Amino acid sequence: MSDRALGRAGLTRRQILIGTAGIGLMAMPRWVQATPAEAAAAIAKITGGAKPAAGRITLRLPQIAENGNSVQFAVAVDSPMSEADHVKSIHVIAEENPFPQVATFYLSPANGKAEVTMRMRLAKTQTVRAIAVMSNGSAYEAQQEVKVTIGGCGG
Amino acid sequence: MADIKARVKVPSTAAKGEIIEIKTMIAHDMESGQRKDKSGKVIPRQIINKFTCSLNGKEVFRSDWYTAVSANPYLSFFLRASESGTFDFAWHDDNGSIYKASAPITVS
Amino acid sequence: MRPLIAGAAMTAALLAHAAAHAAGADSAKYSAGDKRSGYLFSSPDTRAMQDDDFQNPGMAWVDEGARLWSKADGAAGKSCGSCHGDAASTMKGVAAAYPKFNNHLGKAIDLEQRINICRQRALQAKPFPAESRELLALTAYIKSQSRGLPMHVAVDGPAAPLFAEGRKAYEEPRGQNGMSCASCHGDEAGNRRLDTVSQGQSNGFPTYRLSWQTLGSVQRQFGNCLASMKAKPLAADSQEAIALELYVAARGNGLPVETPAVRK
Repeated sequence: MSDRALGRAGLTRRQILIGTAGIGLMAMPRWVQATPAEAAAAIAKITGGAKPAAGRITLRLPQIAENGNSVQFAVAVDSPMSEADHVKSIHVIAEENPFPQVATFYLSPANGKAEVTMRMRLAKTQTVRAIAVMSNGSAYEAQQEVKVTIGGCGG
Repeated sequence: MADIKARVKVPSTAAKGEIIEIKTMIAHDMESGQRKDKSGKVIPRQIINKFTCSLNGKEVFRSDWYTAVSANPYLSFFLRASESGTFDFAWHDDNGSIYKASAPITVS
Repeated sequence: MRPLIAGAAMTAALLAHAAAHAAGADSAKYSAGDKRSGYLFSSPDTRAMQDDDFQNPGMAWVDEGARLWSKADGAAGKSCGSCHGDAASTMKGVAAAYPKFNNHLGKAIDLEQRINICRQRALQAKPFPAESRELLALTAYIKSQSRGLPMHVAVDGPAAPLFAEGRKAYEEPRGQNGMSCASCHGDEAGNRRLDTVSQGQSNGFPTYRLSWQTLGSVQRQFGNCLASMKAKPLAADSQEAIALELYVAARGNGLPVETPAVRK
């Protein structure tokens, strides 16, 4: 239930406060978590079964996320981004989220530089993986664990 | 969500061949479909599932988004300045709506 | 539960470490005497999100507030701007003094109430519902005109009784756990309950909280805290709620307005 929905319903502020208490208690999502095996299957699909190599791709993430609702990540791939040699796609996978795929970015020489920054939700402490698929079909991977904590008040 | 508002940041001028950063943000709940309301009912999924950027009508960048993208999605990416014209940005909602923004650029 | 607590303790330790090493300039900018803004207890990532107006999600509400400011609404055909002109000059410093005693009404009101009074009287428009996107947007827009200016809520004169009532509300135990606001956001703020907890100031509200994934008012924050304390919510806009709001705002006197702040 969003605040906006509450607002539209024209509730009084008293009801809003009562409702807010409810939201606080239900804020933690009842997520069914995916398994790293499912994430591996998703990655195999991306790379056509080939095992991605290490190197050329950098994944920047905080080691500890203050709140799993918003974890900033940046993925950069070392590539000339020329017609002959460029990054075709970047895939970000959160292994133990209920749905492991986070986002896919489709690139071309028009980008000039293969780097994207975004913010994602992480359901729990887990390993985040970034995979780059190059124009020649090869794939590279980087991964990092992010500790997701919920403070003493649970938000 | 009739009042969806997008923000984009694009340099107004660039030298040909220069690599420019494009920053975008849109106000959107990105309802994951994994939350329940107080009565225990699942709040239906409603996210932006696709973002595109075109220059003078030709797509130059695209991204598919899933439920793990944070609310009020922020995205930055890069483009090589090639020609003057207009960037058109489009965010595609699960409900079929397309939210749009545009920005001009002069390339010299 | 144990790994969670261990994790939280580790976070607290690391964040305290990060806060201790926050750039000296930041430390000075976000402190006033012993008062330290919640900004200094935030992680570098969260601070970076607040610092960059483009990355700060709260700015989407500020943008919307700017549109609402100059949009005619209601039977009088007026907008906020019809009377108050350019908010950048007319609203500068105004919100830093709220909640504020209103001689006309004979009581203190918060900024949200002030906006809705104007809407009803001058615009002859309906008040915006509490916690609605529109009310948050206008509140954030108006308060952001005071960004960087020190909070200066009056606690003497006609406001003195309400300030005293607010302090009492802050300090008195309530709820099933017998906790008070001060139990967490008191002298030991910073590392309370294996967590980094602020000192209980509202200079950044309305604030974009990552846990809410949206902008929210200080009264919404009260609701969150009271729920955590297993205490009854305050009736919105009741004298006790406004008293607490005034007291918490005054706790931040001297700290810069940060609206829209970003917090975990």
